Amino acid sequence: MTEMPVFDPLLREVPSPYYTPAHREFRATIRRWVDEHVAPFVEQWDEAGTFPRELYGKAAEIGLIGMGFPEEYGGIEGTDLFHMIVATEELARAGSGGLIASLMSHSIGAPPIAALGSDELKARVLPGILSGEKISALAITEPSGGSDVANLRTTARLDGDHYVVDGEKVFITSGIRADYVTTAVRTGGKGFGGISLLLIETDRPGITRTPLKKMGWWMSDTAAIHFDGVRVPAANLVGPENAGFLGIVRNFNGERIGLAAGANAFARVALEEAIDWARQRQTFGKRLADHQVIRHKIVDMAQRIQATQCMLENLAWRVEQGDAPIAEICMLKNQATLTMEFCAREAMQILGGAGYMRGVKTERIYREVRVNAIGGGSEEIMRDLAARQLGL
Amino acid sequence: MKVLVPVKRVVDYNVKIRVKADNTGVDLANVKMSMNPFDEISVEEAIRLKEAGKATEVVVVSIGPAQAAETIRTALAMGADRGILIKTDEEVQPLAVAKLLKGVVDEEQPGLVIVGKQAIDDDSNQTGQMLSALLGWGQATFASKVVIGDGSAEVTREVDGGLETLSLKLPAIVTSDLRLNEPRYASLPNIMKAKKKPLAEKAPADYGVDIAPRLKTLKVEEPPKRSAGIKVPDVATLVEKLKTEAGVL
Repeated sequence: MTEMPVFDPLLREVPSPYYTPAHREFRATIRRWVDEHVAPFVEQWDEAGTFPRELYGKAAEIGLIGMGFPEEYGGIEGTDLFHMIVATEELARAGSGGLIASLMSHSIGAPPIAALGSDELKARVLPGILSGEKISALAITEPSGGSDVANLRTTARLDGDHYVVDGEKVFITSGIRADYVTTAVRTGGKGFGGISLLLIETDRPGITRTPLKKMGWWMSDTAAIHFDGVRVPAANLVGPENAGFLGIVRNFNGERIGLAAGANAFARVALEEAIDWARQRQTFGKRLADHQVIRHKIVDMAQRIQATQCMLENLAWRVEQGDAPIAEICMLKNQATLTMEFCAREAMQILGGAGYMRGVKTERIYREVRVNAIGGGSEEIMRDLAARQLGL
Repeated sequence: MKVLVPVKRVVDYNVKIRVKADNTGVDLANVKMSMNPFDEISVEEAIRLKEAGKATEVVVVSIGPAQAAETIRTALAMGADRGILIKTDEEVQPLAVAKLLKGVVDEEQPGLVIVGKQAIDDDSNQTGQMLSALLGWGQATFASKVVIGDGSAEVTREVDGGLETLSLKLPAIVTSDLRLNEPRYASLPNIMKAKKKPLAEKAPADYGVDIAPRLKTLKVEEPPKRSAGIKVPDVATLVEKLKTEAGVL
């Protein structure tokens, strides 16, 4: 048996006010599921640039997909942000953020439907998504801008009982395989008051999808989606017309906490890999872990990860209490992605040449740093939003 | 038919065990505890019997501290129907466990008790056998296959050189071996539902059992460290060393 991992929240049950036995049980379940159904195949899937579609169904069986959605549509009620954190951390252990992004793309695509959609719409699409049969994606970003949501250009013009959609979306996670794309469209005038959310089935005529090649997240499908006169039933409108902006931003806090949990989890994976290597590798007559320069690197990484984890769990708890600490969540996301960046770098330095080879988790994590620091609100946007929230 | 499954909370099999500095036992601070793997197999077997229509109810029982309730919840999340926790913070040795289980059996009247063949912490491998003796029931230990018939059970055991099949009258005790089945996941929906399943709390005194230990632990030590091996240049040297140094030839 190898040495105990230093920061394994499953095997080291440190006292915590946030996690119940049910959370720990869920962690054990996902740990086993990831070890069996994900970890052995990650290399192969990443090189292939995709993973089997059946994984959605398997993930749904153990409860990964249904978390937080209403039971009547196949969801699992009574879960909280800590289930989401646990799920993200355990999925991250396989060392691929691309897997999480695509496998869990419904976690940004489907919440607006569940929260704002009509009963008819929910009954029509949610059971398929939550059972893993159908894939849901969210499409906001356009070639002309991402975070500047209020100025998006894709239009939906009402024609009888249908909307006619024209425009283009880019960097859409699960864009190629998605059956449903929750799309931000302009139905009214300029600014955020003219935006609606429309559920678009991807088999409608007039949709062209182009796969995009990326620096990291290889197994995640990322697409540009072009809409050319696509007719979508008005019944697919998610929430009231021209009130889509609220539907978009209401999910941001949860999404950013999830992204922060992922980034810090990847930092921890890189750290664990570096520690394993430092304990094995002999240089100048002793283990790497016995060289002061390496020992200090490890502690510096661990210190940042622990600090980020404290902030993450505290803010998740505040959100669960009904608080909306927007500025702090922006700072948390940056804290987490900067920690991931630092740890990917330091772990790579410890691994040396071995770390530069494909097949090492740190190599992949290194390539996935930027997508975390840019996606879901870039570091610059996060700072700007935090500054505004602070009333500067 | 009701099936009773005793489950024990033990240090998770993935945890690297550390002996306490004063040699009185194993360090349990901040260590993950899980259901004994052989008990997971027993729970799985009982649930499969229920799914196959051979059993009507699966009752799990654990003896231990308050946290043993979590182990019962795991069994409930896998699909067991209800749980009984016999709460005690004292050390409970196999004979005391068997006596308490006899009390539960007298009360519950199960048609079958499936016990893990041993727990991975103390590796006693005694409880099932002692319970069988106390009840005067038949026992089939180290089961790799269980087939329930009409008032009887056919149990396959892995023995040296092959398989042995026993036929025994019910009610009976079966102890489960590793290859009996592969336990299922406790999925999130079932973890959430398990919170609502009934869990009764009892005390050893409710069964009139004196659980005072009969065995005394003198010392707990790490196994001796394995020393490094050597490389030999050729077969002749190997044979020579096996003869002279290892003394095995």
